[in-house]
Amino acid sequence: MATQTADARPDLSSQDAIVVRFAGDSGDGMQLTGGQFTLSTALAGNDLSTFPDFPAEIRAPQGTLFGVSAFQINFGSRQISTAGDAPDVLVAMNPAALKTNVAALKPGGLIIADTGAFTKRNLDKAEYETNPLVDGSLAKWEVLAFDISERTIEAVKPFGLGNKDALRSKNMWTLGLALWMFDRSREPIHQWLRDKFAKKPEIADANIAALDAGHAYGETAELAGPLRQVSMPPVESAPGLYRTITGAEAVSLGLVAGGQLAELPLFFGGYPITPASAILHHLARLKEFDVTTFQAEDEIAAICAAIGASYAGSLGVTSSSGPGIALKGEAMGLAIMVELPLVIVNSQRGGPSTGLPTKTEQSDLYQAVYGRNGDAPMPVIAARSPADAFEVAIEACRIAVEYMTPVMLLTDGYIANAAEPWKVPDPANYAPFPAVFCDKPNDGDNFLPYKRDAKGARPWVKPGTPGLMHRVGGIEKHELTGNIDYSPANHQRMTELRAAKVSGVAVPPQDVALGDETGELAVVGWGSTYGPIHQAVGRWREKGRKVSHVHVRHIWPLPANLGELLAGFDHVLVPEMNTGQFKTVLRDQLLIDAQSLTKTSGQPFQIAELEAAIGAYFDGIEGNEGGEVPVNKQQLPSPLAENE
Amino acid sequence: MNAPVKIETTLKDWETDQEVRWCPGCGDYAILKAVQRTLPTLGADPKNTVFVSGIGCSSRFPYYMESYGFHTIHGRAPAFATGVKLANPDLDVWLVTGDGDGLSIGGNHMMHVLRRNVNMQIMLFNNEIYGLTKGQASPTSRVGTRSPSTPVGSFDAPINPCSFALGANARFVARGFDVSKKLPEVLAAAHAHEGAAFIEIFQNCIVYNKDVFDAFAAPKGAEDQQLWLEHGEPMLFAGGAKGIALDREALELKVVEVTDGDWQAADVLVHNAKNRSIAHMLVEMPFGPFPMALGVLYDDPRPTYEAAVADERERATRGKTRDLAALLATGQTWTVSGTAADPV
Repeated sequence: MATQTADARPDLSSQDAIVVRFAGDSGDGMQLTGGQFTLSTALAGNDLSTFPDFPAEIRAPQGTLFGVSAFQINFGSRQISTAGDAPDVLVAMNPAALKTNVAALKPGGLIIADTGAFTKRNLDKAEYETNPLVDGSLAKWEVLAFDISERTIEAVKPFGLGNKDALRSKNMWTLGLALWMFDRSREPIHQWLRDKFAKKPEIADANIAALDAGHAYGETAELAGPLRQVSMPPVESAPGLYRTITGAEAVSLGLVAGGQLAELPLFFGGYPITPASAILHHLARLKEFDVTTFQAEDEIAAICAAIGASYAGSLGVTSSSGPGIALKGEAMGLAIMVELPLVIVNSQRGGPSTGLPTKTEQSDLYQAVYGRNGDAPMPVIAARSPADAFEVAIEACRIAVEYMTPVMLLTDGYIANAAEPWKVPDPANYAPFPAVFCDKPNDGDNFLPYKRDAKGARPWVKPGTPGLMHRVGGIEKHELTGNIDYSPANHQRMTELRAAKVSGVAVPPQDVALGDETGELAVVGWGSTYGPIHQAVGRWREKGRKVSHVHVRHIWPLPANLGELLAGFDHVLVPEMNTGQFKTVLRDQLLIDAQSLTKTSGQPFQIAELEAAIGAYFDGIEGNEGGEVPVNKQQLPSPLAENE
Repeated sequence: MNAPVKIETTLKDWETDQEVRWCPGCGDYAILKAVQRTLPTLGADPKNTVFVSGIGCSSRFPYYMESYGFHTIHGRAPAFATGVKLANPDLDVWLVTGDGDGLSIGGNHMMHVLRRNVNMQIMLFNNEIYGLTKGQASPTSRVGTRSPSTPVGSFDAPINPCSFALGANARFVARGFDVSKKLPEVLAAAHAHEGAAFIEIFQNCIVYNKDVFDAFAAPKGAEDQQLWLEHGEPMLFAGGAKGIALDREALELKVVEVTDGDWQAADVLVHNAKNRSIAHMLVEMPFGPFPMALGVLYDDPRPTYEAAVADERERATRGKTRDLAALLATGQTWTVSGTAADPV
């Protein structure tokens, strides 16, 4: 066993939260390892947040720097709201994984490395001239390096697997060690392996043996060396039933719940795209909830079929990611024109074009709010976390059905893939919003397809209803009859009516997520930046700054009181993972001097970088120490940051 | 459709109060009348009938039918119609499209609605030109078509709509033309077919591509150039004086003379609408040396997409209940009471 010992090793046992990152080849099963470690952590009662970070390639060439797949988990005995800034522990399954991840590790942090994978060939591929495990270059961290590969082969030997197959269990051996390290039960993982390999019990047995061997190694090594067991007491949580949930699962369940609350069959049209496909996969298994899933020939057909289904009386839903949403634009315009309910889920990723398919960004906000031909207003709402995506999906269904309008629901790659504990809600606590179908004339003996109700919504008629036959389409139509009408006054009137309906959508008043209702600085976020903003603002509040966190769910229309609320602050800072899109919307809608703090690296904000940026902002305020208020659109992290 | 109730209607019942806005003399008028004449013979019910269209002259059709109608966006009508049909398989769906809408911008959707076999009637009005955008060459325009976008004549090879449909695995392919008295029969056969029924209807655009089909579709005098196919009947045309036979060595069709009505002696083929190979040969027959093949060229049903979806739903939901609370609590759960967590 090669060990290097850092001068000041942090005592993990004294921390109330620990960040562990598993990193390996994209074929090493790191996402699976992380997922199972997450489950065991949740079962141990810790709060947690995860960040799966993997390459766009399914199996990138082995050992390469661009083929590294990582899974980070932050867990603790206190409330956790981000996946953590810097890991305390890095598990590196090969040299490439070490190279691409070690810079993020906290000084004094622990590296667990598989020497079996630190071959000349792998070191070359990772562009290491000498072996970092022995050349002293890792001196600022503690290194625990030993031959995991060999120990795995040894452990699974009784099952008669060849070396190549045996090495597939390496991730389970590592997981076993991690379970020992944090004093976690192996039983749920045993059960999971038996279920997963029900048809190949010998594979299940081999994996269980590897897991147990990793666990046993921990016990033995502790007796002899530097490895110590850490115990993390459970977090204090509200009593109730819990599970872990990813954003993609939460959106799917929220849509199912929304369909049930609207008392409508749910029709989901989708087309494969990263990272949105998971929603199609989840819903395809829920047919018993009156869900129909349709894998269309392209993004356009997916939304068009969903609109067709809404026309026929279902709740149409489609889902995609940036490039696919762009393709759906024309059909969204039609849904706005014919005024049918529709939910469009956009799991945003880095753009433009194909961009960063597996990385996260919030850069489709303009597309969501403004990205259609004509004056085409549409409600837009955003989820702030995996669990919140459940609530927001229900909200999207409610608005769509009550206002006869398409609604865009924004999540992002981070929310879609990340997991967190979720207090399982009781469906009985949600107010139903049953859809109302018109089944008789609404104007004496006449039927007027565009006669609106008090909310501005037109009647929804299912084809098959006697006596109400009518025609709808994308051509401008008469205010009441829906007949083709291009006349100037009518188009102007219809444009106004469509806009008024959407701007009149009932939106709950904006609250303050953290801090006072007035103060020196409001940090305004939306979407998945909730966690890091919340933590960073909390740290400055502890230091006595008059800063508050405001997190906006309803992007369009904005909550009516938002302008008044923000007027109670001297400054408004908007951190977002784009070049300042929500800042622009706020400036336009509220006429306020919102300043931007942006990041477009495909990685979520870190608490520390936000904390530093907020600090710098305070320093720049007149009367405070320091220079000027930072310029608008300050990009984080700085390109010169040490970690980059 | 699930054993629809037959309704008594007349042509008038299918007319809307909308002013028809096609050019005077447009072939679309004749097709509209043919459809309005056909529906009463089918016992069709206006409240259960939905006309779905894309964009173009043909796609204004739904506004003129007293039924449910959805005028959608360019090329995408098959996708909308698929959603309508999946949401309510009991609706009788007619799709109206054109050569530009259905085979250019919407070619992909046309391919997929046919290969999935969604039960609907697909009427593709083929006038070999873009009418509503003022006369550009379309994907079915013959080489040499002069138009604003092809001032010295088009040079890209046209597509044959019925070949496309067969290639996309359509199980019903038929042809007719706007002013043909037989068009209602073809429409009725399409309606009787369970599954996606593709009908190419040659339509005269009198403004931008006038009379391009006159060689076989002129109101008078072109009858000899029409081969009307009927299942079980010999392939005769020109008043029975000519027929279609198979050149068994070259494996291609040939025109043969029939003397004294003895078509058997001339080895004239008997039309079998279930024969896919012959269907391919009929749609590919070059007009000129051969007559234009019209009527039901191919009709061999197989299970519809809706039936497959319903079957999958039945299998996927067997033994499962719609319990939302249980669904939300799926997977590994734990309960928190006080601060201790207990795996469930």
